[in-house]
Amino acid sequence: MSGHTHHDHHDHDHDHPHPTQPDVDGPLTYHQRLEIAVRELMIEKGVLTADEVRRTVEAMDARSPAGGARVVARAWTDPAYKQTLMTDPSRALNQVGVEVGLYKLVVVENTDAVHNLVVCTLCSCYPRAILGLPPDWYKSRAYRSRAVREPRTVMAEFGLEIPDDVAVRVHDSTADMRYLVLPKRPKGTEGWSETRLAGIVTRDTMIGVAEARLP
Amino acid sequence: MSQARFGRGDRVRVRRADVPGHLRTPRYIRGHEGEVERICGFFANPEELAFNRHGLPRRALYRVRFRQADVWPDYDGPATDTIDVEIYEHWLEQA
Amino acid sequence: MRQHHDMGGEKAGPVEKTEHDYAPWEKRVDALMVLLSDRERSLIKVDELRRNIEAIGPDAYHKMTYYERWITSITSTLLQRGALTSDELARKLADIERRETAGLL
Repeated sequence: MSGHTHHDHHDHDHDHPHPTQPDVDGPLTYHQRLEIAVRELMIEKGVLTADEVRRTVEAMDARSPAGGARVVARAWTDPAYKQTLMTDPSRALNQVGVEVGLYKLVVVENTDAVHNLVVCTLCSCYPRAILGLPPDWYKSRAYRSRAVREPRTVMAEFGLEIPDDVAVRVHDSTADMRYLVLPKRPKGTEGWSETRLAGIVTRDTMIGVAEARLP
Repeated sequence: MSQARFGRGDRVRVRRADVPGHLRTPRYIRGHEGEVERICGFFANPEELAFNRHGLPRRALYRVRFRQADVWPDYDGPATDTIDVEIYEHWLEQA
Repeated sequence: MRQHHDMGGEKAGPVEKTEHDYAPWEKRVDALMVLLSDRERSLIKVDELRRNIEAIGPDAYHKMTYYERWITSITSTLLQRGALTSDELARKLADIERRETAGLL
């Protein structure tokens, strides 16, 4: 396997110049080299193939908050679907063609009396199947440390003020559950289509640091 | 994996163990008392999985709801604020 | 004693609302984890990944980025499992450096 130059594409030939990978612009960092080393060794040992790595990355790229937004928009417009989502989230996700993944999903609903906020203090557990990869701040020391102890202050830093007559429920994702916040449907969206509604369901509303708003 | 020892609404206290290893019970919640919000199911024990053992028998996993004011003496918010944490049965005792 | 990863309730500064598009190498680290932990390969368990992340010293832990911790931990786990040896890794890293210098990466 020596002499090859394209560490992602051992398995097919190129008749065109390989575009420089954006992360290989400067000198590689130690950890970038480590990634190459482990991947190439695993490939040489027949544990995995470059193609499997590529396809796994593609599947990862296909998951985004749009999946969660579809689920929320359907729940806003279809009471029966919402009931399924609250009681059997896996089934509800399957119904809109969102891949469930390995973990069990818990859906927590924001109402006029309750606002939910999700954090993982121990690592950075996140409902990747429906929201894709987490933003950096979700994994940051500040968010992981403070979201459990001063959630209202943390949300205020995101521009979200929760009134005192609304209970804040924090969910620390410590084990095998993953959480989706079902945000409140904003007033003024009566009669909107699911697609249009999905457009105002941002990632942050499904983590709980924002509320869905009219554009 | 047989039966869950606690049921929804039961008052439980988190054990105060201070041990090395891979623990999924955050330190800030140990020693505190809360209420079982739901039984999540039965899962292999992550403390064993972390050392490449099978983690069987599976353990009941609960979501336990704590009043923020009970967890943080200086909590700055309404008394209705809560925090839910997933906790394995072996970390819980009857309150 | 509190382990450094167990940070719920600790004091910390404001949440900086940072995010970035993950670089290809970061996604490949993630993909390695997905593949190595699947039922067929079963070379690493998620809780081993977490344990070996927790084993990174506090200074290094806080300096490293998320996927730097991951590749560090994946490597540690593969060494512990005997799926890799330090010698293989050292030779491969030297080879990568050589290829990089020669403009072959």
